[in-house]
Amino acid sequence: MTQLLEITSLTVSFDGFHAVDGVDLSIEEGELRFLIGPNGAGKTTLLDAVTGLSRATGSVRFQGEELLGLAPHRVVRRGVGRTFQTPTVFDTLKVVENVDLAACHTQRLPGLLRRRRRTARAAADALEAVGLAGHGSQAAGTLSHGQRQWLEIAMLLAQDPRLLLLDEPVAGMTRAERERTGELLQWIVEDRTVVIVEHDMDFLRRFARRVTVLHEGRVLSEGTVDEVQADERVRDVYLGRSGDDVEGAAC
Amino acid sequence: MITRLATRAATRAALAAGDAQERLVSVGPLRAHPLTLAILGIGLLLLLVPALLSPFRLNLVARYLALAILAVGLDVAWGFGGMLSLGHGLFFGLGAYAMGMHLKLVASAGALPDFMNWSGVSALPAWWGPFASLPVALVAALLVPALVGAALGLLVFRNRVRGAYFALLTQALVAIFALLLVGQQGYTGGTNGLTNFTTLLGGPLSEPSTQRWVYFATVGGLVGALLVSHQLVRSRFGRLLVAVRDGEERVRFLGYDPATVKTVAFGFSAALAGLAGALYAPSIGIVAPGMVGIVPSIEMVIWVALGGRGTLLGAAAGAVLASYAKTTFSEALPSAWLYLQGGLLVLVIVAAPRGLAGALRFPRERPEAPERLAAEAS
Repeated sequence: MTQLLEITSLTVSFDGFHAVDGVDLSIEEGELRFLIGPNGAGKTTLLDAVTGLSRATGSVRFQGEELLGLAPHRVVRRGVGRTFQTPTVFDTLKVVENVDLAACHTQRLPGLLRRRRRTARAAADALEAVGLAGHGSQAAGTLSHGQRQWLEIAMLLAQDPRLLLLDEPVAGMTRAERERTGELLQWIVEDRTVVIVEHDMDFLRRFARRVTVLHEGRVLSEGTVDEVQADERVRDVYLGRSGDDVEGAAC
Repeated sequence: MITRLATRAATRAALAAGDAQERLVSVGPLRAHPLTLAILGIGLLLLLVPALLSPFRLNLVARYLALAILAVGLDVAWGFGGMLSLGHGLFFGLGAYAMGMHLKLVASAGALPDFMNWSGVSALPAWWGPFASLPVALVAALLVPALVGAALGLLVFRNRVRGAYFALLTQALVAIFALLLVGQQGYTGGTNGLTNFTTLLGGPLSEPSTQRWVYFATVGGLVGALLVSHQLVRSRFGRLLVAVRDGEERVRFLGYDPATVKTVAFGFSAALAGLAGALYAPSIGIVAPGMVGIVPSIEMVIWVALGGRGTLLGAAAGAVLASYAKTTFSEALPSAWLYLQGGLLVLVIVAAPRGLAGALRFPRERPEAPERLAAEAS
């Protein structure tokens, strides 16, 4: 197996505070890797750094090429796509148009200006994969929260990336929706590589293969679910804290 | 495994149904989009207007229609692209001056334009020369504003200047442009502008027949502007433009550079403003800095807001109706118009955020988020 993504001593600082502090991480082709850690561990910041949203030092090599310093849209064109914690889709556009735009990012301007005869094939397939095919012609703003998460994944699939970075894709989903999303993930990793940030421990136990635990911007532990759960340090900072995976339990 | 295979047939059917629905309204050589038909229908009706109006009134309508072209372009930038420009007078002015220079050179019949003599400019500047040709003037009226708009976009959008900052920047630019026109009297005619036009393509501008041709050209320009803009906003690029308006940061993660999208749209919008200026000049018979300053630029935005952002026909109608109202009220109560215009804008923001088009339920290209207008205006 080759290393698809090779992160070395990645550091992201905000006013002297190291949100990500010298992280080394390598992701193999075809992996389904979970990134976990308590709030503020630097999981989302790590994704931000890889995708060009946050400035970072160190190195992020994707298929051997450096990603740091590239603008977000160039990172996408290299084959790395991501979703966001809060699903962000274009509410005023139709569901199918959202996915269609994602599928057509390789087109040059003249192609984009041409009359749209039909939806891109990749877009139709992606909608089908996430089970939203029947919702294509409705405005994305009318979708439920869970459906919006799926739409984000469909947009990602339509981009045809080699590496998908998913930021809490099942947050706020019902149990049934989580189950479907898990199945979807397993289908996706059949021919792609996925890194997923997730808070939900049940979901993790059920679907994770390899897990990396972040804590205070550093890698605390790495291994299978069992290995990580058995790790004393992980228990101390994360699994031991009962409040952490019960989101919004108390105010 | 996800229900992928099981739903395949249902999916195809649903997509096909969606496609068919879309095809019915958008594609196919015989089935034009209703709005395309509406545009062509309005164009045909406008061709009948010369038979009904006196030459004086026809000339006024020609001016309104020229301004409508600008409103359509401004709507593409603002209504669809979210780029509020308070400086479209700049692009309108570039187009108007390009045409004005041509008309002035023709009127001077080979001699040095009169204002240059008065200002002590002894020889025709080299950059004036080519405007003796009408095609050059027309191409310049489209191309110069487009390039200036695109250059502005490249500088500004790449540095993520947007919203109110962008609006202020465009307003500053149009103020500078107006000052420049006044200050460079020897080259621009200063405060008086370019005046005393005589003929266009050999026809005296004072003749109703010449003005009728100017009117027809303006109708052609408006129909063309509407058709091209309609095509643009319906294309994938148009959807992308709306996406940039609603979530610029998110668009980056679809693999597009929003700065490019905005630059192209803004350049297009500027080109339409230039075309409007070029058609307006022979109708009104003068090109002066007063037409391109801050106040006219703000009026342009008001037209679009009144007519309805995000609807091309609405924006065009807004420009025509507001200009008509301005003429009518200015004849009766010259000082009251400014207050009435301001009052109308407030009324629209409060009572009809989508403008006239929203109130009359014009066909919309895009669902519009109504709260945006109020939010941006405040």
